[in-house]
Amino acid sequence: MSLFNFKKPSVKGGFRHGIHPPENKGLSETSKIEVVKGYETVTLPLLQHVGAPAKQIVEPKQEVKFGQMVAAGEAFISASIHSPVAGVVKNNRNVTMVNGRRIPAVVIKSEGEQVDPGLLWAEMIADDWALDRIPSYDPQQISKIIRDSGIVGLGGAAFPAHVKIAPNDKKPINTLLINGCECEPYLTSDYRLMIEAPHAIVAGAIIAAHALSAGQTIICIEDNKPEAIRELTQAGQGTSIKIAALKTKYPQGGEKQLIKSALGLEVPLGGLPGDIGVTVSNTGTMAAIAMALLKGRALTHRVLSVSGKGINSPKNLFIPIGISIGEIIRYCGGLREDACRIVAGGPMMGFAFSDLTTPVIKGNTGIIVLSKEEISEGRETSCIRCGKCVDACPMNLVPTRLAMASRYNNPDIALKYHINACFECGCCAYVCPAKINLVQLIRSGKRLVANQQALNKR
Amino acid sequence: MPEIINSIDSTEKTGPVIHVTTSPHILEKGAGTRRTMLDVIIALIPVMAASVYLFRSYAVKQIVICTLSCLSAEVIFIRMRGKSITINDFSAAVTGIILALSLPPSMPWFVGVIAGFAAIGLGKIIYGGLGMNIFNPAMVGRAFVIIAFTGILGADAYSNLSGVADAVSGATPLTALKYSGIHTALSNMFWGNIPGSLGETSVIASVIGGLYLIYRKAASLEIPACIIATIAIIAGLVDLSCGHSGIFFYHHLFGGATMFGAFFIATDPVTSPLTFKGKLCFAVGVGFLTMIMRMYSGYPESFMFAILLMNAVTPLINRWFIPTPFGGK
Repeated sequence: MSLFNFKKPSVKGGFRHGIHPPENKGLSETSKIEVVKGYETVTLPLLQHVGAPAKQIVEPKQEVKFGQMVAAGEAFISASIHSPVAGVVKNNRNVTMVNGRRIPAVVIKSEGEQVDPGLLWAEMIADDWALDRIPSYDPQQISKIIRDSGIVGLGGAAFPAHVKIAPNDKKPINTLLINGCECEPYLTSDYRLMIEAPHAIVAGAIIAAHALSAGQTIICIEDNKPEAIRELTQAGQGTSIKIAALKTKYPQGGEKQLIKSALGLEVPLGGLPGDIGVTVSNTGTMAAIAMALLKGRALTHRVLSVSGKGINSPKNLFIPIGISIGEIIRYCGGLREDACRIVAGGPMMGFAFSDLTTPVIKGNTGIIVLSKEEISEGRETSCIRCGKCVDACPMNLVPTRLAMASRYNNPDIALKYHINACFECGCCAYVCPAKINLVQLIRSGKRLVANQQALNKR
Repeated sequence: MPEIINSIDSTEKTGPVIHVTTSPHILEKGAGTRRTMLDVIIALIPVMAASVYLFRSYAVKQIVICTLSCLSAEVIFIRMRGKSITINDFSAAVTGIILALSLPPSMPWFVGVIAGFAAIGLGKIIYGGLGMNIFNPAMVGRAFVIIAFTGILGADAYSNLSGVADAVSGATPLTALKYSGIHTALSNMFWGNIPGSLGETSVIASVIGGLYLIYRKAASLEIPACIIATIAIIAGLVDLSCGHSGIFFYHHLFGGATMFGAFFIATDPVTSPLTFKGKLCFAVGVGFLTMIMRMYSGYPESFMFAILLMNAVTPLINRWFIPTPFGGK
């Protein structure tokens, strides 16, 4: 494709390009994780993960116990869903997810005696993990327990964890990377979890490494989180787990970028980390795996940060999955007068939404309420081809070309410029001086390419 | 869900208004096309100051005329197209200033007006306005008048100046070297008290302004560095092989529009390639064509034509140098 085949020098061990947005983690990074109690109803959408929807296995008016499975992930790429409360199943309702999809959801009203979520949290932050029991587990059995516990990637992608954390003879895994970068601005849920429950993360990492028979396990943390690095180093003493401090840069937590930074390896274009013997999983997922295996708890609760200048009191919370986002906002003192946008996830890749009855799902890392001063809106002007997007793109693409190909309905050019390599991190749109919404255009460009390919096949 | 928002925010009936858009939800502060253009104007201040110091009223008059004509051309043509006025993005002002600085000081006022209208009209608006043009607008304007008014703007245009130091009135160093074999002192080229177009004479002013541009990321380092290196290599080789003992080398490196053009004209983002390798290719082309034309054509000051030719192939360069994505082979 190119005439001359030489490469720009890259920092050893780091990925190229990327950006440094203001971190804004100070709003919530010092607040200890609070356990949220006293909720009445939880709404559990049947599709909270990547893959096929789970199949509901409870009937309306049926009583369910705490931690009981209410929907089973029957397909291989799917995840079961468990009730975070004891109570009675109500009629199903359709909910609008933060990404705009309408999904049927199981509604459970809490009734009767409840298991105190504080107890669950106490189990999580304890340091009495029976690490010596781990070698006796069969790798297949670990994968099955993870599957039965409904664990998905808790870093945002919500990919079913049993698919990744399973022995694979065809593509053996030699390195397990635990992603503790949390490179999105504002979010502090992984950071607080690393500080408050480092032993759970280490235990989960040992379990996952055993399931994969991975030779090395590295927990990767950005160097703006020295306290997390210290806590995990302490918790990991006497185990084979290594801790790596990586440069603070967005998107350091992107799977491919993380592998490049930590190991110097590149995942082939269109491939998966497994192709080069690497598995990447998030710190919260590790803690959930440890809870499932060593304490017999299914995934019913998670840590979530609530931050931004548009919320009265930013916090880090331990919440039941299925609680409505409105309840969480109320718990954090409500919206401020200048609140302007509510985002599920981080501000770079998260989804803005307006329906506060939307439940929190497994993959929610945070709720960010941005005020008017934090979002910057500008009228779009012409692209002057300054190339800032090219210099920011961590995938080494030409975003302006992709966006214009999409705007002018040209799927051929979009394909030629590798549109499907884009993972929508938002670096290009962040730096664009013409305020062109490059990410949105590229997203619709991908659709355009897919439609074109479907047409060609026919 | 307005009633929920109101119940959460108990302040008044006028609760917060929640917007929904796609990610990313934060954008870089202080960046914008207008800011980039303003940076170019700031970077041009040393060059303008040097030209005013050297050419006095000629410089002031010409900068004002060209800038005003570009701005009015922009207003008129944009209004004719029925679009909203865009002069507050400063791009037309930048074109006007660069145009003024690239033309000889003795030029009559009406030539400046024509050049400004040609630059904006034929160089920019005809393609659809800012960002759509193929050729550098200022160079289109310059080429138009250089060819249309060959008599006024020929080599003599540099000689008939009154009221300025004699040092800046006469044949330009490259013309003098090519046709008369006269040498110009290196220090004069460095400070700028030599004949030439308004902005091109002072090497030091162009370099200071250019470095500011690069520091502000309004221009990429690759293009000027690579143009200067190409010209230096070609001029150096010719110098060595013909035994000019360095005279030829420094005349071509510091004389003519080399420095001003490399930092301010070739770096125009709209008309230069997007990617790193593409920029290198573009810059080598500009340097090479400049030297070829300086040596073999009737225009000793041929930087402008080199830029216009390379502008024409920029879309092709962009197509040649599609970067390999991360993880690709």
